[in-house]
Amino acid sequence: MTTPLIETRALSRHFGGVQAVRNVDFTLAEGELRCLIGPNGAGKSTFFKLITGQVKPSSGTVKFRGIDITTLQAHQIARLGIGIKTQVPSVFDGLSVRDNLWIAAARHKKGKAIARAVEAQVERLLLGAFADSAVGQLAHGQRQWVELGLVLCGEPNLILLDEPAAGMTEEERERTAELIQDVNRDHPLIVVEHDMSFIRRIARRITVFDRGAILMEGDVEEVFGNQAVRDVYLGKQAAA
Amino acid sequence: MIRLVRSNVGIAAAGLLGLALLIGLPFALDTYSLLQATLYVVFSILALSLAFIWGYGGILCFGHSAFFGLGAYAYAVAVINIGESTLPVLIALTLPALLAAALGYFMFYARISDVYVGVITLTVTLILYNVVNSTAGPQYHIGEAMLGGFNGMPNVPSLNIPFEPDDTLDPEGMFVVCMAALLIVYLGLHAVLRTRFGRVLVAVRENEQRVEFLGYDARLHKLVAFSIGGALAGLAGCLFTAWGNFVSPTAFSVVQSAQIIIWLMVGGAGTLVGPVIGAIAISWLTVEIGTQQVVNANMVLGAVLLVFVLLVPKGVVPMATERLLPWLRSLRRPMQAIRAPQLGSETAPQVARGGKA
Repeated sequence: MTTPLIETRALSRHFGGVQAVRNVDFTLAEGELRCLIGPNGAGKSTFFKLITGQVKPSSGTVKFRGIDITTLQAHQIARLGIGIKTQVPSVFDGLSVRDNLWIAAARHKKGKAIARAVEAQVERLLLGAFADSAVGQLAHGQRQWVELGLVLCGEPNLILLDEPAAGMTEEERERTAELIQDVNRDHPLIVVEHDMSFIRRIARRITVFDRGAILMEGDVEEVFGNQAVRDVYLGKQAAA
Repeated sequence: MIRLVRSNVGIAAAGLLGLALLIGLPFALDTYSLLQATLYVVFSILALSLAFIWGYGGILCFGHSAFFGLGAYAYAVAVINIGESTLPVLIALTLPALLAAALGYFMFYARISDVYVGVITLTVTLILYNVVNSTAGPQYHIGEAMLGGFNGMPNVPSLNIPFEPDDTLDPEGMFVVCMAALLIVYLGLHAVLRTRFGRVLVAVRENEQRVEFLGYDARLHKLVAFSIGGALAGLAGCLFTAWGNFVSPTAFSVVQSAQIIIWLMVGGAGTLVGPVIGAIAISWLTVEIGTQQVVNANMVLGAVLLVFVLLVPKGVVPMATERLLPWLRSLRRPMQAIRAPQLGSETAPQVARGGKA
């Protein structure tokens, strides 16, 4: 059996009396595109924070390609090749798009190769028209793409996307979905998203979180057809 | 590309101007004015040391005079004991750098928030001030150097030609050394900011979390930057003592710390030229106000600070480059539209959103 890309064992984290994540056994294979869904407060974002080292687990382990990364610092985990796009775009607002990408590419490249990597992402993400503008001045959707560019410039082995299509126009969503599928050709991804039509577009396998634990895992039809999932999540959304 | 050439032109111009002043001022000014100018130059180095860590590193240091004072006292104590100034200068650079590194280790590796960095640095300055202030009396001495408490230490030897203790610098020589130091610090910091370390440091200021997500150790970058800032403040302190042949606990005072911050706010903390301009302008203003009795100097400085915080929050230099220049260009644009359609795009980013991205 091959070593999974990410493997968590009995991963738990509580904040005071609140169990944000409990006993999560999660496995992701190389090359996979996994979607995480679940109602607000289900623990999806905390789960991401546990994987990227922003939050340390109360108990349990995280392994990346068989290496225990549970106790590593955030930047050490990033160096192993785990890139994350956070829910609120985490970019360098005061710097230009090119300078943003430069910082990301310079981590593992030198000299001319940095500029080449930067231009490649500018082209891929269609950022050319405002490549020298400060990122803080861009629209929300564009900043999301800049952040995606930052992640891609790091040439990660695994990409975590927390609500990549939030706050985007219909057109932008369309393009983001295409982009995610394109990126998935080279990189495994885990995507958290609330927009069900977006999930339907990109998803193959879905993991459903509810109250900190995994409720179920399956392919698109299985999950959307499941009554328990409908009750905790889809039903709620329909009611709201 | 145009941007690269342009920013280099600015730095080269500043460097040449500095060089011209270095050679010209000793001939142009009388001794009193030259001494005054030397002090402004020393303060400029001090301003740059804070500009680097605050303006570029985003580390809000409210007690920068801790490093300035430590450099000042380290030089005084060392030069009195050694009787020659070469090694004392190095000590005056090293000790503040070590203090900064030690402080920085606990502050940055514990990931305390910016506000507490400000509080801790302020407290360290207050502690040092009170400690040095209470060393009056013959029992407080380091080797041959009497610390002198609130009276300070008089008769501190000037700088001398390296390893020639009898060959001390005259005011002209002292000016040239200080000006050269300022030029080296200015150009050196520009060079550092061009390296990956410098660029990542600016990124840390912008978003520490993202820097870590990209695989850089933000804590280490801040620690190194803080230590460099400490060393440069120590250099300024050392030159300050050598300039006046005197050091007193006021070097550690909160007023001294506040003054550096005012220089930066007036000149523009996010630049390197701005703090130098701010240091010189405010120091000059302080001296000028001191020559008359009508208004209190601190009141004027307070008013200046208020005006800047409210009206020019980014400081003079960013104001000039980001607002005034594009405005002047826009006046000329109709004529230049064909030749240089993109002029001004660097300082006032215009977001081109022509159609769908």
